[in-house]
Amino acid sequence: MDGLEKSLSLPRDPVRARAVRLRRTGTLSGLKWRENVLAYAFLGPSLLLFAIFFFYPMLKTVYLSLHTTDPTGRVAGYVGWDNFSYLFRNPQFLQGLKVTALFALLTVPTGIALALVLAALTNGKTRGIKLFQFAFSLPVVLSVGSASVIWMFLYHPTLGTLNYFLSLLHIAPVSWLVDPKWALVSVSIMTVWMNLGFQYIVLSSGLRGIPDEIYESARIDGAGPLRLFGRILLPLLSPTLFFLAVVSVIGSFQSFGQINILTRGGPMNSTNVLVYSIYQEAFVNFRFGSGSAQALVLFAIIFILTLVQFAWLEKKVHYQ
Amino acid sequence: MTRIRKLLPEAVLYAVLAVCALAVLYPVLYTFATALLTPAEASEYPPRLFPRSFYLQNFIDVFGLVPIAAFIGNTFLVSGVVMIGQLVTSSMAAYAFARMNFKGKNLLFALFMATMMIPWEVTIIPNYLTVRAWGWLDSYQGLIVPFLAASFGTFLLRQFFMQLPAELFEAARMDGCGHVRYFVSHVIPLSRPALGTLAVYSFLNMWNAYLWPLLVTNSDKMRTVQIGVSMLQFQETTSWNLVFAGITLVILPSLLLLALGLKQLVRGMTVGALKG
Repeated sequence: MDGLEKSLSLPRDPVRARAVRLRRTGTLSGLKWRENVLAYAFLGPSLLLFAIFFFYPMLKTVYLSLHTTDPTGRVAGYVGWDNFSYLFRNPQFLQGLKVTALFALLTVPTGIALALVLAALTNGKTRGIKLFQFAFSLPVVLSVGSASVIWMFLYHPTLGTLNYFLSLLHIAPVSWLVDPKWALVSVSIMTVWMNLGFQYIVLSSGLRGIPDEIYESARIDGAGPLRLFGRILLPLLSPTLFFLAVVSVIGSFQSFGQINILTRGGPMNSTNVLVYSIYQEAFVNFRFGSGSAQALVLFAIIFILTLVQFAWLEKKVHYQ
Repeated sequence: MTRIRKLLPEAVLYAVLAVCALAVLYPVLYTFATALLTPAEASEYPPRLFPRSFYLQNFIDVFGLVPIAAFIGNTFLVSGVVMIGQLVTSSMAAYAFARMNFKGKNLLFALFMATMMIPWEVTIIPNYLTVRAWGWLDSYQGLIVPFLAASFGTFLLRQFFMQLPAELFEAARMDGCGHVRYFVSHVIPLSRPALGTLAVYSFLNMWNAYLWPLLVTNSDKMRTVQIGVSMLQFQETTSWNLVFAGITLVILPSLLLLALGLKQLVRGMTVGALKG
């Protein structure tokens, strides 16, 4: 026993034992301290960038929304809630809110429904299905810049091929982008097409995540394809659909590029969505204060919509 | 008879899919076809849908119309640097969140996640003022630096790092491997799939960015591809074949990326969708 204790060099007298304990806890807290420093070093670059380009601007937006600025961006004076009350008395801004909501209604449900049908049709393992999957995913890589320019030419009133196809069907030409009645619909068609790739990819991976046995047992129970789709696939897919709905609504409220290229908010403000209006106010009219107020309205709308979707839609979502 | 009954639904399915695929692909096919028209063919009416020959001169002529080579070069540079930057900052932050214990971890993680919830447009006015105050308008720094960190990337990589077996971490610690060495020589090599996903995602996002480059660049020398391509539409006098040759040049890299990296991209996009 004695030999063993000696070889383990266990401390025998209380004073030395305390010293060892002290040193150990000392190194332990030292280790902890070192880990803290290291962790912050790892986080440092991200934290610094977020602080400069995210948290500071968030506060600055709130600050600017309560002030007026001169065209160079210097604060000219405190105006309290005036920027906001002006916005909600301004018919053009209210019209813009309506257009933004209408745009979301035109693009999100149609886009998701289309993508869902295509994803369901290409879910099997039939030959050549990979080619179709590639085709339906393709719009995902087309940026808003190139997609808008392509559609600009497709929509051309006299030389565009869309009106040419209509003339083959003996339908009178439509003045897509210049007719106030059609402009928002035209931009929406283009947007549905542009977002189709993303929505298709998300939905088909969702469908692929449903195990084969479920299809099998449904077929054995005699469920037809429509019943299988409505009663089994849709509920199982509901988490994916929910995610897609939230993301798509947020995305549609942030639309800017296609509006800027295709219609510039016109004709007669019929496509003047919120982000385009922020852009106009801040970077064309150089009213940064009122632009910031509009940005905060955008934030509030998106925030509330997301909360509502979580409260209302998520109840209907079936998590396995 | 039974053979026909079995084949018929499949034939209908293929027919429906073919029509849908044609409709979805039409704008892109039309772009390629028009890019190959001769100037004479391009001004015909009714519009020609298919070129008679492969007329490649457009791809050379478009370089004289707008400095498209500079646009493509700029965008490659900006997207590449942002991609590498996001890989570095995100993987480091993700490692800290996944494997380290430190004060304020939960609070900081919540802050990181908050940046994903808030639309980026809300911060755009102050960011523009900051970049202008630093004299970074019309420069590569102005295009790149604000995007060097990404909360989406941090979240994506954190989820992946957390899935790495804890035993591996314990074993490495036993062998006296510190955080830095464990991170560099074990975590990074094991996380290649997730890093690939983030790389494709961030590159494409930057390649396709529109609003920010529109705000901070104003000379042709600094323009990115997406702004450049939208400048083509204002060249009303030029014929369409040139415009579409330009668009073709711009969308080709993205299409190649899709052909090569579809799987990675799908994984990146569905990371949020499938965790439910």
